[in-house]
Amino acid sequence: MQKTYYDPADLKKFGKISEWNEELGSKFFEYYNSVFKEGALSEREKSLIALAVSHTEQCPYCIDAYTKDGLQRGITKEEMMEALHVGAAIKSGATLVHGVQMMNKVNKLEM
Amino acid sequence: MATKSLHKRNSDLANSNRQLDILSNGIFKNGELPTFKSKLAETNLAPIKAKKIEILQINVGYMCNQVCEHCHVDAGPDRQEIMTRETMQQCLNVIENSGAHTLDLTGGAPEMNPHFRWFVEEASKAGIKDFIVRSNLTIIKANKKYYDLPEFFKKHNVHVVSSMPHWTRGKTDKQRGNGVFDSSIEALKMLNAVGYGMPESPLKLDLVYNPSGAFLPGNQAALEKDFKKALKEDFNIQFHNLFAITNLPISRFLDYLIASENYEDYMYSLVEAFNPSAVANVMCTNTLSVSWDGYLYDCDFNQMLELPVNSKAKHISEFNQDLLEGRNIVISQHCYGCTAGAGSSCQGSVT
Ligand code: SF4
Ligand code: SF4
Repeated sequence: MQKTYYDPADLKKFGKISEWNEELGSKFFEYYNSVFKEGALSEREKSLIALAVSHTEQCPYCIDAYTKDGLQRGITKEEMMEALHVGAAIKSGATLVHGVQMMNKVNKLEM
Repeated sequence: MATKSLHKRNSDLANSNRQLDILSNGIFKNGELPTFKSKLAETNLAPIKAKKIEILQINVGYMCNQVCEHCHVDAGPDRQEIMTRETMQQCLNVIENSGAHTLDLTGGAPEMNPHFRWFVEEASKAGIKDFIVRSNLTIIKANKKYYDLPEFFKKHNVHVVSSMPHWTRGKTDKQRGNGVFDSSIEALKMLNAVGYGMPESPLKLDLVYNPSGAFLPGNQAALEKDFKKALKEDFNIQFHNLFAITNLPISRFLDYLIASENYEDYMYSLVEAFNPSAVANVMCTNTLSVSWDGYLYDCDFNQMLELPVNSKAKHISEFNQDLLEGRNIVISQHCYGCTAGAGSSCQGSVT
């Protein structure tokens, strides 16, 4: 039995999820690959978005994959870190903006 | 950053047999990954056969002013292997008669060979269509005696191909050593100044990009766009094409992969990215590599692994197109580097 929830080697096996449901698995991978193709946004821009979201989702597989993807595209570590701060800012902003709800509630309940 | 070659450090990996051992054992022995040979067989592509020789790549010596961390030649100031004028003369005889359309001089830093200028002058008279010199750029600024290289290249209509791992200082200096970025920029400006790399100029200046670490190069066209934009905006530098080249797991790059514990993952990436359509165009099919001492190899990588051509003609003095054409290429697991993704050769991607 493996002792940890995450094993880096599992990332290589991602494609295998189709084995238990060929139809949905292939639909997912087809969709996934289309999303990252150059469109109105460049592949480079999409890679940076993916990197930031990988962190807000805190997915270690995605972080590994999109860090390497960024390096392959010549994306610098400064650009990567800036993208992360965008993710972090939205995360903390999203937490804090709920403070308005808290304040509303306090104002409503307090005499 | 190391300042000595693996040879000078008496490293285990200076020995080509040791490198071939590593490439044949471990994950390739226990069946975790298929060997290159079985991968070719799987896709009905074995064996790779040499066609007519179109490109003659001559390594005029392993001496270099730099000691790049990824160097597959294990080049450096401490390497003494230098082509003699006699061997160069033998090469000239072949250049004049082989019918190859491209002559490609490499090293080390080819300019450090004491007979380099004589050789270029003589070879340029042979009427070769494309005469390439692989220059590392910093050599131009390394010593006063090299300052006139741009003019010299221009005079002999040499096609300059230069390495530049990134458009930022940090990434460049990490791979190639401190100060390399600034002096490369200076050298590129000198080349631009005499006409090299300018939009309509016939003086060709191409750049070679190889990744500064254990990852594969991205899309060549996209990287070229980014390089062009950054070098133009930041330094007003221009060049023609960018060749994205995959680092092959041999010599100092292999040493780096092992020391950084990236070897297995890197081999996985190469094997996963295996592209059958790149096999038909790997450079050994139309290139012949000549070492500093005149021996013949399928490519510069096989030269470093000391895997000689599979032919009766083993030395430039025995050059014979008929004997060399159709020979089986000598392969090992490093060949995965040439077939990953869009493929990789000294001319960049191959698909
Ligand atoms: S990569 Fe090129 S410039 Fe760097 S040490 Fe090797 S031969 Fe010299
Ligand atoms: S490493 Fe050399 S022999 Fe192997 S595929 Fe590449 S060019 Fe051919």
